[in-house]
Amino acid sequence: MRDTSVLQRLLLQDKPGKILLGCLCGLVVLVPIFNLLVPADSFFHVPTYVVTLLGKYLCFAILALALDLIWGYCGILSLGQGAFFALGGYAMGMYLMRQIGDRGVYGNANLPDFMVFLNWQELPWYWTGFDHFGFAVLMAVLVPGVLAFVFGWLAFRSRVTGVYLSIITQALTYALMLAFFRNDMGFGGNNGLTDFKEILGCDLQSSTTRVVLFVVTVITLALSYFLCKYITISKLGRVLVSIRDAESRTRFMGYRVEHYKLLVFVISAVLAGIAGALYVPQIGIINPSEFNPLNSIEIVIWVAIGGRGTLYGAVLGALLVNYGKTYFTGGIFAEFWLFILGALFIVTTIYLPRGVVGVADNWLALRRQKRLLLAAAPVEQV
Amino acid sequence: MTQAHSAVKSILYLNGVTKTFDGFKAINNLCLDIRPGELRAIIGPNGAGKTTMMDIITGKTKPDVGEVVFRDSIDLTQHDEADIANLGIGRKFQKPTVIESLSVWENLELALAGKRNVFQTLFFRLTQAQAHRVDEILALIGLPARRDDLARNLSHGQKQWLEIGMLIIQAPQLLLVDEPAAGMTDYETMETAKLLKNISKDHSVVVVEHDMEFIRALDSRVTVLHEGSVLAEGRLDVVQKDQRVIDVYLGR
Amino acid sequence: MNISLRLLSVLLCVCVATLCRADEFADLVVKLNGDSFSEKTEAVGGLHRLDDKRVLPVLKAMQDGNLFVVAEAGQIVIGKESGEGYEVQSVLDNSPLGVRTKSQLEKIKINNGLRRELRSLVAGLELSAKDPDIRRQSAINLIKNPDESLRESVESALGGEKNQAIKSLLHVALASIDINSTDTVKRKAAVAILADAVQPEAVAMLEKVAAKDPSGHYLEADTELASTAEAALIRIQTQLGIYKFIENCFFGISLGSVLLLAAIGLAITFGVMGVINMAHGEMIMLGAYTTFAIQQLFPQWLEMSIIIAIPAAFLVSGAVGVLIERTIIRHLYGRPLETLLATFGVSLVLQQAVRSFRANNVAVITPEWMSGMWQINGALSFTFNRMYIILFSLAVLALLAFLLRKTYMGLQMRAVTQNRAMANSMGIRSGWVDALTFGLGSGIAGIAGVALSQITNVGPNMGQQYIIDSFMVVVFGGVGNLMGTFFAALSLGVVNKFLEPFAGAVLGKIIVLVFIILFIQWRPRGLFALKGRFVED
Ligand SMILES: Nc1ncnc2c1ncn2[C@@H]1O[C@H](COP(=O)(O)OP(=O)(O)OP(=O)(O)O)[C@@H](O)[C@H]1O
Ligand SMILES: [Mg+2]
Repeated sequence: MRDTSVLQRLLLQDKPGKILLGCLCGLVVLVPIFNLLVPADSFFHVPTYVVTLLGKYLCFAILALALDLIWGYCGILSLGQGAFFALGGYAMGMYLMRQIGDRGVYGNANLPDFMVFLNWQELPWYWTGFDHFGFAVLMAVLVPGVLAFVFGWLAFRSRVTGVYLSIITQALTYALMLAFFRNDMGFGGNNGLTDFKEILGCDLQSSTTRVVLFVVTVITLALSYFLCKYITISKLGRVLVSIRDAESRTRFMGYRVEHYKLLVFVISAVLAGIAGALYVPQIGIINPSEFNPLNSIEIVIWVAIGGRGTLYGAVLGALLVNYGKTYFTGGIFAEFWLFILGALFIVTTIYLPRGVVGVADNWLALRRQKRLLLAAAPVEQV
Repeated sequence: MTQAHSAVKSILYLNGVTKTFDGFKAINNLCLDIRPGELRAIIGPNGAGKTTMMDIITGKTKPDVGEVVFRDSIDLTQHDEADIANLGIGRKFQKPTVIESLSVWENLELALAGKRNVFQTLFFRLTQAQAHRVDEILALIGLPARRDDLARNLSHGQKQWLEIGMLIIQAPQLLLVDEPAAGMTDYETMETAKLLKNISKDHSVVVVEHDMEFIRALDSRVTVLHEGSVLAEGRLDVVQKDQRVIDVYLGR
Repeated sequence: MNISLRLLSVLLCVCVATLCRADEFADLVVKLNGDSFSEKTEAVGGLHRLDDKRVLPVLKAMQDGNLFVVAEAGQIVIGKESGEGYEVQSVLDNSPLGVRTKSQLEKIKINNGLRRELRSLVAGLELSAKDPDIRRQSAINLIKNPDESLRESVESALGGEKNQAIKSLLHVALASIDINSTDTVKRKAAVAILADAVQPEAVAMLEKVAAKDPSGHYLEADTELASTAEAALIRIQTQLGIYKFIENCFFGISLGSVLLLAAIGLAITFGVMGVINMAHGEMIMLGAYTTFAIQQLFPQWLEMSIIIAIPAAFLVSGAVGVLIERTIIRHLYGRPLETLLATFGVSLVLQQAVRSFRANNVAVITPEWMSGMWQINGALSFTFNRMYIILFSLAVLALLAFLLRKTYMGLQMRAVTQNRAMANSMGIRSGWVDALTFGLGSGIAGIAGVALSQITNVGPNMGQQYIIDSFMVVVFGGVGNLMGTFFAALSLGVVNKFLEPFAGAVLGKIIVLVFIILFIQWRPRGLFALKGRFVED
């Protein structure tokens, strides 16, 4: 059993993982067909805006995975995941901004509109390189990663844990939000970056581009899931759980807790950054409100509702809550959404500590027990 | 390992160690010398500073002054917990602490001697020999039947055994064992004593315990701690006759 | 009989006299709208001679172009711009007459000669007014706009002035007129007086005298005068620096005491109970709304509203706190991260609930006795509301420290929070102690809301602005330590204020946040860390 290959270990013993993978495969095949090949007036046609919406949910699912890895497994409740997400998003947004070229309102080929508006004469140094897609992607990974590394190195080394860490990460997010709201930071102030035209030469408004972006998102989600899954089933995963349960005991076993925390924290930040980079071209805007501490806490509730420490629960939770959000904020219940969200926070923490997945598990276990009892009953009678 | 033992004069050497908490001297000018391969029992009233002494040795607490030297040359006050564990000092806590949401088997696998580096753990594959070793220890602590149960579901005594198992499988040169017999039956207490005596054949062991039967069964040198310093030291029967020891500890 | 008759006649005379005078005032006011400017000037002069306290507002309104004739009625009114039209007021008895549109009013026009006349008359009247505030304001206005033609009024006012502070202001006013004169002696005296003043205007005037051209020569012909001015400037600058410093400290301390008020409650729920209450900001908000509600419900008690609001806000927020504790937090002891999430949910619900009342961003009225300021000199003044907040926060802190240390309830609180099981077995009903502790923390947040309502607008998001700062204060000061909270709040407030001038408000805040993030690395348990074993588990 312990000699199985990596792929076997990843998939064979992970039924929910297989279901998830199945669903993702289905999406990759079906969505492009129903959007691009089925005619627009057909009943089966999937409109492009739905593709984009699905893509957005899946970006959030990646984000939820990233949080579940550190919170569910390692007990680090980071309220800064939203910031890493936004940083990734800004990196991609800067690339998209450069792609606008002279098609902006001011028609300035060298400067984005907001800089012209601010009377800037030349591009700030930190914008160099963002004309290249590869560089932007690299930054979307590196910037959150390096920030997480520096912050994590400081925090974990001095053993800031628990709620202290949560509060400090929240303060970090808040400070970043304040910073990005400033016009002279050179990131577009409170309007952020928007009015994107194309990515890698493809029109961002066209259905084909949207579908391609969607497919890329699905694949990234699948890969992220496997990465997280691999980490959690490795011995490192067990060290993480051990840190979560009894941090100082883990130290006395000789594990350098801060290194482990740092590794997963950085991985998680990078995943969040990638999710942000995928999110921006699909949504078409990135602004400082993405740094709002509320967003970061919302991610926590996705994971809590889905079921922390299960990975697939995080994905499920992100999809459920965000679908709910779209459903409610669009309709007459718009005013009630925050009530619902607030109630979700309260109810899940008190009554559903293991989330929807936990409820389903309990229910399945109960049914299995009943079946066993039923199977045993006739024997007793005989 | 035996070679290493013969090369050093003392495995652990404490000299003039003092630790103050808010003006209260928990450890006061403590001196202690453990030789390689020695089994040492430490007794003393509640609050004598036994656990604090272990905290100091394992790097959890930094002493105000004093030397803490491992294997003649390593200054333990310069190292942190993980370092000290990797240098070869293992510890069992007074309150049993096992990893509750891992199975018994996984707890042992985690404690298993080996590289503790992040990337080595990430790509770690258990070898046949290591798996055998885990099963061996599992048998030793009497928990083969609970192999895949979560540690959370074990009884108090079983958790004690599991922690002892984790300590042994970590293969340290020096074992610090804080109240191993608490919560065990008389039979199990004697088993533990036997086990520790066995281990002490090729490890150094320091045991803290209040149970006199257990100490007697260990049949080793005893150090009596009182108010943070050594009150008496010697064979149990000698120590037991010491008037001061009777006054502060045994007599009550 | 005889006597009573006499008395009657005297009374009659007095009545007639006042009636006459009243008539005279009314007549003259009507003449203000005369056909020619000379008629108007005459009326103005006549009014000035009357000893009637209604005169000054009329003349001032006329000078400022706020005196109108109501189109159809011919009545003369003082108007105040409001929204689309003017809020008007009778000149005769100051009674409000509602709002009129622009087209219903006709402005009483004045020409330059009349304007000059008015300015000197108004200044004279103001400088001799009974109310010291009017005199002071007038003197300050004169310093800002020195006017040669008013020199005489100032001089005569100086003769009669008893109030030292106003007297020195008048001296400065006089000097600011003289400095532009041609008489070297006068100018020298003026520079000497200005050299002792700290008004920004005085500094500006001195700077003008001491100005140099690029090659380093004085622009002023009288170089001796210029060099005295320069020497005086150097002295004043250091003085101003000191005042600026004191003022920054004052602002910083007042900001700090706001933080302190917001954080004390948190220090109890977080520090004593170990509960992360993310809804703490909303407790502040509830307190502020309570103040608003009290002002709406009892408009007649506006002056007392703040005093009434303090216990009311304590009760409202405290009750909500107890409710939250009993229904939610009770289930989550020992799970701090979950508490954080659940109380965040509560905060969302409370915010949205307030939003659905559609009372966004209401302004709470500051009572008379809290507005105004303590003017120390031209460069330094302390506003009353900030001083009250400082005193108030210190009082709350002291009361709380007393409650926790010296009362039985405080003992129970500490017992329960340190060892729940033990406290239970000693017969303390830990459930109620928890609820009351949490209620206390929340109630204090409510009180903080009352104080905050005096310096910012009240809105559903107001709590959010303070929650992160309050957490920073508690974390920085060390959890579970009121002294630490006190020092952390004040020092953060002061540091913030000192950073503001050269970093800007936002950047200053960012710097402070980053500083705390780094500080926590150095001392993970804050400035005044609690010691002991239990904090490690
Ligand atoms: N972190 C700490 N802060 C304050 N006091 C401490 C701390 N750690 C230990 N002490 C104090 O030091 C003294 C020694 O404690 P220690 O736990 O070492 O006693 P012990 O000998 O292990 O007792 P027992 O037999 O009950 O386990 C006690 O009085 C304890 O309260
Ligand atoms: Mg002990």
